[in-house]
Amino acid sequence: MGIRQFLDGIEHHFEKGGKYERWYALYEAADTMFFTPPYVTSTTSHVRDGIDLKRIMITVWLCAFPAMFFGMWNIGYHANSFLAANPDALVADGGLRTAFIQALAVTGAGAGVWDNFVYGLAYFVPIYFVTFAVGGFWEVLFATVRRHEVNEGFFVTSILFALICPPSIPLWQVALGISFGVVIGKEVFGGTGKNFLNPALTGRAFLYFAYPAQISGDAVWTAVDGFSGATALSWAASGGVEALEQHIGWMSAFLGTIQGSVGETSTLAVLIGGLVLLVMKIASYRIVGGVMIGMIAMTLLLNVIGSDTNPMFAVPAHWHLVMGGFAFGMMFMATDPVSASMTNTGRWCFGILVGVMTVLIRVINPAFPEGIMLAILFANLFAPLIDHYVVQANIKRRLARV
Amino acid sequence: MSEAASAKQVLFEPIFKNNPIALQILGICSALAVTTSMSVTLVMCLSVIAVTACSNLAVSLVRAQIPNSIRIIVQMTIIASLVIVVDQLLKAFAYEISKQLSVFVGLIITNCIVMGRAEGFAMQNGPWLSFLDGIGNGLGYSVMLILVAFFRELLGAGSLFGYALMPVVNEGGWYVPNGLLLLPPSAFFIIGLAIWALRAWKPEQVEAPEYKMSRHTTKEAF
Repeated sequence: MGIRQFLDGIEHHFEKGGKYERWYALYEAADTMFFTPPYVTSTTSHVRDGIDLKRIMITVWLCAFPAMFFGMWNIGYHANSFLAANPDALVADGGLRTAFIQALAVTGAGAGVWDNFVYGLAYFVPIYFVTFAVGGFWEVLFATVRRHEVNEGFFVTSILFALICPPSIPLWQVALGISFGVVIGKEVFGGTGKNFLNPALTGRAFLYFAYPAQISGDAVWTAVDGFSGATALSWAASGGVEALEQHIGWMSAFLGTIQGSVGETSTLAVLIGGLVLLVMKIASYRIVGGVMIGMIAMTLLLNVIGSDTNPMFAVPAHWHLVMGGFAFGMMFMATDPVSASMTNTGRWCFGILVGVMTVLIRVINPAFPEGIMLAILFANLFAPLIDHYVVQANIKRRLARV
Repeated sequence: MSEAASAKQVLFEPIFKNNPIALQILGICSALAVTTSMSVTLVMCLSVIAVTACSNLAVSLVRAQIPNSIRIIVQMTIIASLVIVVDQLLKAFAYEISKQLSVFVGLIITNCIVMGRAEGFAMQNGPWLSFLDGIGNGLGYSVMLILVAFFRELLGAGSLFGYALMPVVNEGGWYVPNGLLLLPPSAFFIIGLAIWALRAWKPEQVEAPEYKMSRHTTKEAF
């Protein structure tokens, strides 16, 4: 009980009137990291099980790990494949990163799993570190000034945000994006639980509109200087299913050896993490099911309509599942318990709206190659409205029985 | 408005204490539309100040003659005439900028601030006070617009009044322009942040919360 005694020993400094009163939020965060909080619900409560917000958030964080580790390997895999074919190309961007990679791993031809992983590590760790440091700074600042808790929600926001960045993103953009996401997406509305948009996606959308040249298109996905790799979505936009089958193949898109943001490429790794979330009832299976239904229905509809000029119309549903960030968004973003619908019927509607909008944006709108981010943000805005009508319908149905 | 309103109060209160954009949330549409560059914004601000001041003056002069049932129509006629005058003047003497402002000069007619001051102030007060009130509210509008335009042009294009302060990457400089700030929605963020700053400075502008959540946990001793 050493930790408990230590924490109890210093607690009086942090309570009202103590000398570190301003830093109570930090003390509280450290305390509840190690021990169950001493607070019990005093109003009417609806208990399903003993899990609290901190444990939920940490579980989501851990569930993103398969996608993260695979993403790191994938960064190195693509960079090394390119270097093997072009021995004259420069590794990374020179400087510290290159030194780190060359000290620990082989690049170019002959690079193995470890070498690929180290290469990815040198790219992902700085992104995640900046996300965590900058976002954490805002989180602690607001917690201290506004006297709310430092919440593990930020663990989730940070890893999700880092995983949806392209590997070659400049670090100052990472800092700007996560600042916008945490401050404008969450803290101005009162912090965790009061944000109506997903903070990670808000930050990503900010970058998407602020720096369209650096954050989208084909030039940003491979972590080597001066090389561009096309994503599955851009193959589909230019050549439809034939181009996809010819250049990528469904299985490698499913396993994730394709170009894309760090954590979104491997549908398999995302589904492994997502399955754990579904089994633990942290992610709502209704939302995930709704997204799948919406996506499949809309795809079938567009397949039937067809188009002579737009090859995206003919892309079938199993390809939409593995392209871009669909699986990642469905499992980790749409299921965000704060910004999604709260009612069970509402969750189905919410999910279907996300699925339909994703395919609609991907196929019909030439300006946006990927649709899942905008679709989820769009559905986030409608979540309270959906809930309102579900509740009203329920009241009406029950009034009829009176 | 109270009878005792002094000229000074009428002129300066709308700038920070009762800002038409930040507190009354009026005139937002043009704040989104014309704030991508400082020079265009300045011309817009001058036009709005002129229209608000003159319409307040004119409405106040005829306020005793206007039949109550058609007062809105009379006000609209006065405002619309003034806006046409302003529009023609701009076309005559500042043609380039009037082209950039395009429909938004004409849309001053529908600016809620102009209508609001004519209906809310000029109908009850004398010509001199009304004139000052028009200028004051025009200034309050201008302060917010210039603030928005300052950040949008500086961060979105790296320049002010068209003069490049931060050389952008495309022209060999170091600044990567933030494309979001060239899109109209960015003005929402800047106005929101400005309102936040203003209310942190003047807490009496903060609205009372609509409801307060009760605390649902109590600390239990082990």
